Amino acid sequence: MAKVPVQFTLNGEEKAEFVDSGATLLKVVRDKLGDTSPKSGCNQGTCGACSVLVDGELRLSCLTLAETCEGAHIVTTGGLAKDGVLHPLQRAFMDEFAAQCGFCTPGMIMAAKALLDRTPDPSRDEVVEALSGNICRCTGYEPIIRAVLTAARANSQNAA
Amino acid sequence: MAIRRGRGVAAINYPTGMNLGGDPSQALVHSTPTGNFMVTLSSVDLGQGLKQVMAQICAETIGVKTEQVIIDTADTDTGPHCMGTFASRGTHRIGNAVIQAAQEARQVMLEVAAEALEVNASDLDTDGEGNIHVKGAPQKSISIFDTALMAHFKLGRSISGRGMFLVPRSYPEVETGAMKPSTCYAHACTVADVDVDDETGEVTVVSVKNVFEIGRALNPKMVEQQLVGGSWMVISHALYETTEPYYPARDHGGSDFNEYLMPGPGDLAETEIVVLERPAADGPYGAKGPGEMCANPQIPALANAIFDAVGVRIDMMPITPERILRALKEQRSA
Repeated sequence: MAKVPVQFTLNGEEKAEFVDSGATLLKVVRDKLGDTSPKSGCNQGTCGACSVLVDGELRLSCLTLAETCEGAHIVTTGGLAKDGVLHPLQRAFMDEFAAQCGFCTPGMIMAAKALLDRTPDPSRDEVVEALSGNICRCTGYEPIIRAVLTAARANSQNAA
Repeated sequence: MAIRRGRGVAAINYPTGMNLGGDPSQALVHSTPTGNFMVTLSSVDLGQGLKQVMAQICAETIGVKTEQVIIDTADTDTGPHCMGTFASRGTHRIGNAVIQAAQEARQVMLEVAAEALEVNASDLDTDGEGNIHVKGAPQKSISIFDTALMAHFKLGRSISGRGMFLVPRSYPEVETGAMKPSTCYAHACTVADVDVDDETGEVTVVSVKNVFEIGRALNPKMVEQQLVGGSWMVISHALYETTEPYYPARDHGGSDFNEYLMPGPGDLAETEIVVLERPAADGPYGAKGPGEMCANPQIPALANAIFDAVGVRIDMMPITPERILRALKEQRSA
């Protein structure tokens, strides 16, 4: 099958790849670009573990064709820490014990980031709504909800 | 037709580990040349935090900081034998093995320090900060770093230890069936409140209040995390999860996990967790196994609450609206 050229930025770095036509963004980011932070869970768009931001929008990378991302800016959990300093969401997930096995965590963090980017001070209901496309088997969600609210508070204190 | 509130209670005893071939686990501990400690296991951390708790147990026993302990669970082919991390046995069984191994390593470490300080090893103690000193004379001390260097490069000794947990298998008495299937038990009780719609059969869990007695909580935050997550998961088991949602025949059932009903973050019941600590005599620093037990008492408590609400006993899981409606219909026709 003919390969398709595609260029986009991944966590701020320019990337250019020849990909199989029909290859998902998830497969390209994980297998070709080596960023394994988006997880391959259900591969059917129901678990949310593969969530990434494409031009700031939350997307399921397992249902997104790589070739549709030409020129896009893609952000994954793998790109959130800067110079070894964790992103406030990562810090809050750690402090609130919001991960056990950790498989859902990158997707949860991207869903939370998409929320906080547009709603910096969300209500609990808004957090629940934002996370409702992501499945977690271990935590019972409560620590994750708390972590997102904690990160929102930390952000607003830094901004103040 | 109405929404009816019900309350149910259930209590459980839960055995830690199992009664099979002595339920053994083994551990090896050795120091690196710079005085860090490796714990070699073939016990697997499934995400429950086994590595963290084993590092704490080893650090507490040897007398170093938790950060100075490295847990290697890399390979079940090459590591010391472990039955596995299941049956709520990890903290208790493997923890006991780690304590035994760490005690032996600590003894060697103190013997090396005794050579350096020219005292008797039994007069030495650790400060938990990485130093060994003479009891009652803290100024007469040597760092564990220097102790390890001396063992490795001057004395040619290995600061290491072997640990083992094994209990004799208990066979039932032929006449009475009496046996001792486990060496220690955790306990729990749940009070659940539900609303049941007797027209649709739908159950809304209003609250689950749980109390768990788990020996000593070696890492209280991780214990809480386990108990909160388990309490949610078991509501899911009690009410939702099946490969054949609501249909009597298999060919109507789901074909993959997309059609497998699991509650999301919007379906949380008010959850309360109370931890009671009654240290177990044979537990590592008093710990029992909180693992599987965190997802047990809620199921009978919910079944009892549904009975309290609408007067039907459902003895098949999950307790789906269909099963409740069928039972209500039978009740009315009786």
